[in-house]
Amino acid sequence: MAAQDTPSSAADLSAPVLDLDEDDDLEVFSKKTSLSDGRPLPTSPSSMTNQYHLDQEEPDENLKQRDLFISVDNPESHVTAIETFIMYRVLTRTTRPDFDSSEVEVMRRYQEFSWLRSKLEESHPTLIIPPLPEKFVVKGMVERFSEDFIETRKRALHRFLQKISVHPVLSHSPHLKAFLTAQDLTPHKKQGPGLFSRMGDTVRSMAQSVRGSRGRPQEFCTLQDYVDRFSTNISSVDKVTQRIIREQREYVDELHQYSPAYSQWAELEEGLSEPLQGVSRSLELCAQETDAQAQDLSDVLVPVLHEYVLCADTLRTVLRRRDNIQTDFEVKNEALATKKVDQDMEEVEALSDRLEQANQALRTDWRHWRSNLRSDVRTALVSAADRNLQYYEKCLAVWESFLLSQKVDPAQHHNHKSSST
Amino acid sequence: MTVSEAEKRTGKNSVNMQETYTVYLIETRPADSEGGTPVPDMLWRRYSEFELLRTYLLVTYPFVIVPPLPEKRAEFVWHKLSADNLDPDFVERRRVGLENFLLRVASHPLLSNDKIFFLFLTDEKGWRDAVLETGFQDKVDSRLKSLSASFRVKNPDKRFTALKQYSDELNAVISQLLRVRVRVADRLYGVYKVHGNYGRVFSEWSAIEKEMGDGLQSAGHHMDTYAASIDDILEEEEHYADQLKEYLHYTEAVRCVCRKHELLQYELEMAAQDLAYKKQQKEELATGTVRVFSLKGMTTKLFGQESQEQREQKLAALEQSIQEGEELLKEKNHECQEFVQSAWKDIERFKEQKEHDLREALISYAIMQISMCKKGIQVWTNAKECFNKM
Repeated sequence: MAAQDTPSSAADLSAPVLDLDEDDDLEVFSKKTSLSDGRPLPTSPSSMTNQYHLDQEEPDENLKQRDLFISVDNPESHVTAIETFIMYRVLTRTTRPDFDSSEVEVMRRYQEFSWLRSKLEESHPTLIIPPLPEKFVVKGMVERFSEDFIETRKRALHRFLQKISVHPVLSHSPHLKAFLTAQDLTPHKKQGPGLFSRMGDTVRSMAQSVRGSRGRPQEFCTLQDYVDRFSTNISSVDKVTQRIIREQREYVDELHQYSPAYSQWAELEEGLSEPLQGVSRSLELCAQETDAQAQDLSDVLVPVLHEYVLCADTLRTVLRRRDNIQTDFEVKNEALATKKVDQDMEEVEALSDRLEQANQALRTDWRHWRSNLRSDVRTALVSAADRNLQYYEKCLAVWESFLLSQKVDPAQHHNHKSSST
Repeated sequence: MTVSEAEKRTGKNSVNMQETYTVYLIETRPADSEGGTPVPDMLWRRYSEFELLRTYLLVTYPFVIVPPLPEKRAEFVWHKLSADNLDPDFVERRRVGLENFLLRVASHPLLSNDKIFFLFLTDEKGWRDAVLETGFQDKVDSRLKSLSASFRVKNPDKRFTALKQYSDELNAVISQLLRVRVRVADRLYGVYKVHGNYGRVFSEWSAIEKEMGDGLQSAGHHMDTYAASIDDILEEEEHYADQLKEYLHYTEAVRCVCRKHELLQYELEMAAQDLAYKKQQKEELATGTVRVFSLKGMTTKLFGQESQEQREQKLAALEQSIQEGEELLKEKNHECQEFVQSAWKDIERFKEQKEHDLREALISYAIMQISMCKKGIQVWTNAKECFNKM
């Protein structure tokens, strides 16, 4: 399996890679993230190698066979003289020959994840790099070191590496390898264009805004359109979801006060005491179920929606970069045509190639991203619906059990009308 | 034809001339119909007439726990419901409450046989005069006195004390429950309605998606259904709340009876005390000894004795007074005992009724919850299917 750098082989990915992605997402939803793959892993590296060899006989399946498993866990607090920060354990298991060993463990902090992403962006300006969790949580004023915040961040970082590990191009990036294996990243951090390329971007985007998007091919105009509308829509879904969770939490708070009202009454009564206590208990159980459901919903839906809200920004940036690359080429191309400036033909050709590559990369990655979107959103919504289903089924059981305790057959419900006799 | 077994229906209704108020249609049909289908008695009554009937019953049968009327103004409302007396929902719920009231009176062993009650159901115009003719208004004062006055009873009947305490505690507990219920209803309403936003948002999103569009769109419709379902759910719950409210108001009626007994007990004690004092006075007068300090006694000592004639006159008057006092005491004693007997009979009847009704109410509440859960299961099963197709 050679390193996949050329866009043409990446085109094989046009078929949605559904099964893998589902596993991806399912393991994120479970609370244990110690194992990167929900499936039973082969226990020895050699058996993993065997599996890998088998796959070589089916070249098309090659890309679907994962050979890189990354997980993020074990957040640890590190204190130095200057600062306090969290380190996360990044565990890699792989069969790739270019890795020195089949299992590597390093400790990384958020800064270093950020470095990785910048490097990937630099190397692949028109690929849709998965988003990182935000640097700070502005609303809610979450403590940087609160358990919830760290846990949410850890899971998001895990998702980030998951997505990269199955990306046909990104997973072979040398920067990724350094990130996963180098015990000390510092020497790597000093390489690369870094600051200057970012300045270049700004200058270019200014030139771009002057020129307008007249040269932009239709397909990318359509994409821009979609991205703009998608961004609005996904933000709305995210907001509605947050609101629902908030309302649910307030409902739970009231429910917890409702149950004692019945048990207080029960204390006054003799014959009625038992059914009243029954209702009280049932309400308390339902309150607990509602609490659990709100929490689970939060775990299942929110991270996915949030990720795609951030993706919308990434998409906009990627489209802008592509436009810039096009501008670069067109400027020089015009210069060549008008002969006003002394323009090198080779440079123009190189820029033309670069534009072609960038367009193709984006095209392909766009399909990849779309398929991920569909799969991720579907899985998340199905899980959410399922969770709601389970919630109602549990509550149903609670109340039916109460009815049974009162020696009432739950089946004959509509015959009961409590009119006065 | 006996009123007690009659079948009744109360229909809602209309608006009258100068001021706007609501009248309710009462239809009465006797249960034991001697041959052929009887024509139902029908007449219109407004809320104030019900109030008058109830006051009459309270005064005429002080030892009975008289069924309460539905509340005059809407209490324990959650935000969606209007507290306006003319709001159709409120009118409907009041109608049910009034019907309930009549049914309860009609099924009460004593109250159902009352003539005025019968007239209330049958004589639309003449009833008012008939009520006023009974002269029950005079007794209203004594009832008010029993409710508001503070007097201390020396030997309170423990059973009544316990009952009054229970009734007060029950009132507090049910009030608290109703208050919390309102808050819970409010919050639940919020949760359901926000899901309606999913409907709108999914619809907008589906417009830009090719493969996911259909799934999103149809899921959105289910979200709308889900959001709308809370209205019926909470309306049903209002009926449950009304059942609890009825017993909340019943506690006031129970308290009434206890207070009435207290007043009787107090009057009895006063009569006994009064008699004892008079007897003592007689003794003093007869023997000439002053056992207890009295201003009269002192003045007599200081300013000279009375004549023999005067003394004999006083003795005779006292003797008369003592006779009357003994009669009164006997009367009060009798009254009290009768009251206690009748009251406890009714209290036992009430306790049974209460336990039965409230148990039924709790069961109906559970059934409502089950229905709500089933609706939820339905909606989310459908939504899940839609999401799966995305």
